[in-house]
Amino acid sequence: MTNYLVQANGIKKYFGKVHAVDGVDLNIKAGEIYGLVGSDGAGKTTTMRLLVGALLPDQGDVTICGYDLRKQTELARSTIGYLSQRFSMYEDLTVLENIRFFAEIRGLSSTEWLPRSMEILEFVGLDKFKDRRAGQLSGGMKQKLGLASALVTRPRLLLLDEPTTGVDPVTRQDFWQLVIKLVSTPHVDSPPVFGEHGRMSEEQGGVSVIISTPYMDEASRCHRVGFMREGKIIAEDTPSNLRARFNNRVLELRGSPINKLRHVAHQDEDVEDVAAFGDKLHVRVRAGKTDLIMKRLPEEIKSAGGTVTDLRVIPPALEDVFIALSESNHD
Amino acid sequence: MFNSRIFSIIRKEFLQIFRDPRTLAMIIIMPIMQLFLLGYAATTDVKNISMTVWDQSKTIQSRNLLDAFRAADYFVIEHSVGSLEEYQALIESGDTRVVLVIPPDYDRRLIEGNAQVLMVLDGSDATVGATALSTARLVGQAYSTKIMNEQTSLAGRAAPSAPVEVRTQVWYNPDLNSAYFNIPGVIGMILSFITSILTATTIVRERERGTIEQLIVTPIRSWELIAGKLLPYVILGFIETFEILLIGHWWFGVPIRGSGGLIILTSGLFLMSSLGIGLLASTLANTQQEAMMTVMMFNLPMIFLSGFFFPIAAMPKFLQIVSYAIPLRYYLTIIRSLLIKGVGLAAIQSEVIALIIFGVVIMGAASLRFRKRLD
Repeated sequence: MTNYLVQANGIKKYFGKVHAVDGVDLNIKAGEIYGLVGSDGAGKTTTMRLLVGALLPDQGDVTICGYDLRKQTELARSTIGYLSQRFSMYEDLTVLENIRFFAEIRGLSSTEWLPRSMEILEFVGLDKFKDRRAGQLSGGMKQKLGLASALVTRPRLLLLDEPTTGVDPVTRQDFWQLVIKLVSTPHVDSPPVFGEHGRMSEEQGGVSVIISTPYMDEASRCHRVGFMREGKIIAEDTPSNLRARFNNRVLELRGSPINKLRHVAHQDEDVEDVAAFGDKLHVRVRAGKTDLIMKRLPEEIKSAGGTVTDLRVIPPALEDVFIALSESNHD
Repeated sequence: MFNSRIFSIIRKEFLQIFRDPRTLAMIIIMPIMQLFLLGYAATTDVKNISMTVWDQSKTIQSRNLLDAFRAADYFVIEHSVGSLEEYQALIESGDTRVVLVIPPDYDRRLIEGNAQVLMVLDGSDATVGATALSTARLVGQAYSTKIMNEQTSLAGRAAPSAPVEVRTQVWYNPDLNSAYFNIPGVIGMILSFITSILTATTIVRERERGTIEQLIVTPIRSWELIAGKLLPYVILGFIETFEILLIGHWWFGVPIRGSGGLIILTSGLFLMSSLGIGLLASTLANTQQEAMMTVMMFNLPMIFLSGFFFPIAAMPKFLQIVSYAIPLRYYLTIIRSLLIKGVGLAAIQSEVIALIIFGVVIMGAASLRFRKRLD
């Protein structure tokens, strides 16, 4: 018996010739927040769908809370809360009716659902809107409703597929506070339907969260991050370890004119990438060439007619890592 | 066995139905609309055919002939003309269907025993034309028999009786009222159309709006999902059946002679096939529109080949064979026999067995195709 809540071994999913997911391995511990990041089309959503059994993998297998997703599908699902990328509550039902429906078909009894629903609506801050039709909620409130419905049966594993895409920064912040609160509170282990078969005991930790996101600030809140590209996880580590891979390789450059600076930096053969961040540039250099560039780049800019006001080594942001990983050839 | 998850889905379905005015209208108003349309407009009873007369004889004898036509109840003499051009114009404009031309020497030749009149018919509407033709022949025959009898009795001899006389007896529907035939058919049509369209769209709507993704991830089993989705429409199907029966009975006077239990049982069996078709269509379609089209594709040929509009016996052999593959055909036979003839189970058992087979096969195939997954 392992102490992993989720285990995926070499899962693959092909849509015709497109290898949407091409051999993904995952091991998620209890109480862990795992971030799945990557560009659009990298295979994040398909991976999520494979993990909840909405799609059947062409190869590989998934174990959730000790249940084989392929053979013990419904048992495995009884431990999952899932928030899909697309809003998937009934717009013509009220907030409470939606929660009730999903609570009941996931096995909450007629005496349990109401206190539990109210508790969860309060938790996400929707209790005042319980009688509003879901279709009339704002984008952020819709996502909170989705979260509430995923949480109402107290799942051990929460899968959130791009939950904050298209949501304003304040609501995003709220949303993350909820997720963090959820993981830090010890899990009350009372799976309603299949409780007696539950294989995980309480001591093994709280709720695990797998979240996919295109936002790097969100990725940096995760305990571990997996970078997806072309259906594979090409890098997986804690955010700080990932950043450490590019320590001493990202320079911040200020000066004018900014377009000239950018052009000149691009021309240098030891510069891998130049990214604009407002009035400054992030210059990523080849490993071991930092000192060389620090000397050479200001001279090149001067001879091109530009001025440098500041050039220094900065700690890499996750965004730099993401861009680097998205570009590199991983052969 | 009470299953609370199925019950939750049923309750949710009803909530959604009651909040969607279009679905609600389709459920309540469509049966009534079809009932009145088919009860009145689709009547094949041809009466009051507009008739034009060109009476060139203008004698007592010619007026007696016209009275004979009037008495037949099928013709209304609306126009009287004096030339070929006049009645031609009336036929062309559709103002008259039938023209009776009585020649100037009609009274003289009647006495000689070889009088002829001309009947011109607008054959563009075959139903009206055929009725007018056969009625005109009958009126003519009856009238000449009458005259023959008068002449022989004038001559002092006893009137000879006809060598063969066909005496008719019409059972079940003595007035041959076509509503008796059409309204039970409406029940079959409503049950196959509305329920299959509604089930197909309600399932596809979950896919279209993305709610299916949440449903899939719940531990609900496929059969529970199917049952919860279909049962509301079984209930609605029965409500509509009763709605049509009541209006058909109280408004159109259609008799309900068979047992209520048999009507419910056989309607339930037929519902299985139409819900199965809806479920099957939902597995083939991705949008509600596609679902609607798919259901129509199944249903339209079925309606035409079921014997609802056109008698199966009049179809070419090939289509008659095809019609055996249509559940509605059996249900129409059953419901018409139950309502109008008041038969028992023995008279309809082969149709009932056919409905059971179709219901199980269609529903089974649809359930097997139905996957609680996205791919």
